[in-house]
Amino acid sequence: MSNIPANLKFAESNEWILVEGSTGTVGISDYAQNQLSDIVFAEIVVAEGDEIKQGDTIATIESVKAAADVYSPVSGKIVAINEDLGAAPEVINSSPYEAAWIIKIELSDPAELKPLMDAVAYGAHVESQG
Amino acid sequence: MGEPQLCDLSVPGRQGIRFPQPDVPLSDLPPAGLLRDELPLPEMSELEVIRHYTRLSQLNYSIDTGYYPLGSCTMKYNPKVNEETVRLPGFAYAHPLQPVETVQGSLVLLYNLQEWLKEIGGFAGITLQPAAGAHGELTGVLIIRAYHRSRGDHKRDKILIPDSAHGTNPATSAMSGLRVVELKSDARGNVDLEALKLECDDTLAGLMLTNPNTLGLFDENVEEVIRMVHQAGGLVYGDGANMNALLGIVRPGDLGIDVLHYNLHKTFSTPHGGGGPGSGPVGVAENLVDFLPGPIVDVIDMGDEETPPLYGLVQPPKSIGRVKAFHGHFGMAVRAYTYLVMHGAQGLRQIAEMAVLNANYLLSRLRDTYHLPYDRVCMHEFVLEGRWPEVPDVHALDIAKRLMDYKFHPPTNYFPLIVHEALMIEPTETESKETLDTFADAMLKIAEEAHTNPQLLKDAPHNTPVGRVDEVKAAKELVLCCGVSALDRE
Repeated sequence: MSNIPANLKFAESNEWILVEGSTGTVGISDYAQNQLSDIVFAEIVVAEGDEIKQGDTIATIESVKAAADVYSPVSGKIVAINEDLGAAPEVINSSPYEAAWIIKIELSDPAELKPLMDAVAYGAHVESQG
Repeated sequence: MGEPQLCDLSVPGRQGIRFPQPDVPLSDLPPAGLLRDELPLPEMSELEVIRHYTRLSQLNYSIDTGYYPLGSCTMKYNPKVNEETVRLPGFAYAHPLQPVETVQGSLVLLYNLQEWLKEIGGFAGITLQPAAGAHGELTGVLIIRAYHRSRGDHKRDKILIPDSAHGTNPATSAMSGLRVVELKSDARGNVDLEALKLECDDTLAGLMLTNPNTLGLFDENVEEVIRMVHQAGGLVYGDGANMNALLGIVRPGDLGIDVLHYNLHKTFSTPHGGGGPGSGPVGVAENLVDFLPGPIVDVIDMGDEETPPLYGLVQPPKSIGRVKAFHGHFGMAVRAYTYLVMHGAQGLRQIAEMAVLNANYLLSRLRDTYHLPYDRVCMHEFVLEGRWPEVPDVHALDIAKRLMDYKFHPPTNYFPLIVHEALMIEPTETESKETLDTFADAMLKIAEEAHTNPQLLKDAPHNTPVGRVDEVKAAKELVLCCGVSALDRE
């Protein structure tokens, strides 16, 4: 069973966002890391200060099975990126919700959070993916 | 490890060849600063070297030693007559810089191959230059880009790629400087027309369509998909890697596909994999002929009653330029030409029919045991799910590894990404029913083992010279030098 923390919102493409005030922290879900299996490479393709739109690619992740893009669930200005991720991509497997956060972003349009899934809806989404 | 590395077989002072005393004056060594103290080459006798490489060669798995159902790779038999013709001295010893008058035979062969590939795909022009499939894709997408630019239409920077396309398509588009947008498939495995509609705007450069797609399914709305892209001003690229399903039955050009690459090393029986090189000719519709890479073989002098026509090399007027030295992989052109001569038009159609029949036969034997996520009659390949809810620890990878114990090359796994735990199986037309049955029996046996003794699969392969490899370590520690460990390098 996937670990799905109740305080997060989720995108259909399996990214999570933790919103604190006007700042969001983004990573990929436990389900996503489990699907990818052992992750061997991660590159964050945006930099602090970048203005990005919802759906823009923020990182590329490679596992022994596949390569996957990670998309931003919201628009805004990037205020921090996880500098440690590139050197230790395996933390995405071991700690997807904490150590393996990818970016922190200043939300430009909080209304974009509305259509994202809460933990219950995401749980059902994951279930439907099998 | 079944065979030690050369550095482990090395004995100090041993050598394979004794050089005679020099009968010319010795020259001085280069200055000391340019010399190394040691050269860590393995020291072995000639016999030991021969045995090492012969043993390694015997560990190879190839289409000549066993069944190879690697999905979307069309690992069909490579007829040995191809090897006869390519070794004819007139072909084998021709030089690409010879005056055209002295290599008319080779040029006629290239010309005829161009003509036949035009006819097979329904195209107006062909380049034989690209070195392989993805190179053909790059060539095709660069042609699409050049076409838009030549019309002053500079805002078209978007290329659409269905999520059931070949994995090289997004990389090709990105290398061409285009913006890649992925299109979802619908529940039947076709391009989702609603998703396509949303992307059909004036920034659309084109769509890259793999048809049949990597699910082994022919897009049921292909004409509508192509019509929508054309209406928005875009062009349609066809990934022809799966042409084996269509030969003599559907011509992509007739469907409206503007550009398509062939894989001579898949559909037309030239060696694939380590035996390469590949070859990826590109066919185009009338409005793109001027953009083809050159040179292209053409009749440069029609001749008369006395003189035969003269074949030569011409450069299309708006050519995107060369994409490969000389004429591409000429040896592959000779092999593919031979294959076409051997089969003829009727034979090509039978190839496609038998490839599709074989795939559906195998599918029918496996579908009650393995889940078929897109439940349709397949074309030349099909995708199963390599997992069962009741044994969650068994994955497609474990099934693939266990197949090696049964002496089969595993199918393509974990692709396409839209099927979890995908096993993509392409039998090809060159396998007998007996071989297909032996493979199906092994797949069914493995399914049984997965339920009764899953650890047997988790630990597979058991009967190969090398057991389960550590894929994480292999991906992270790229140490390829003999006798050099990661520590030494740091």
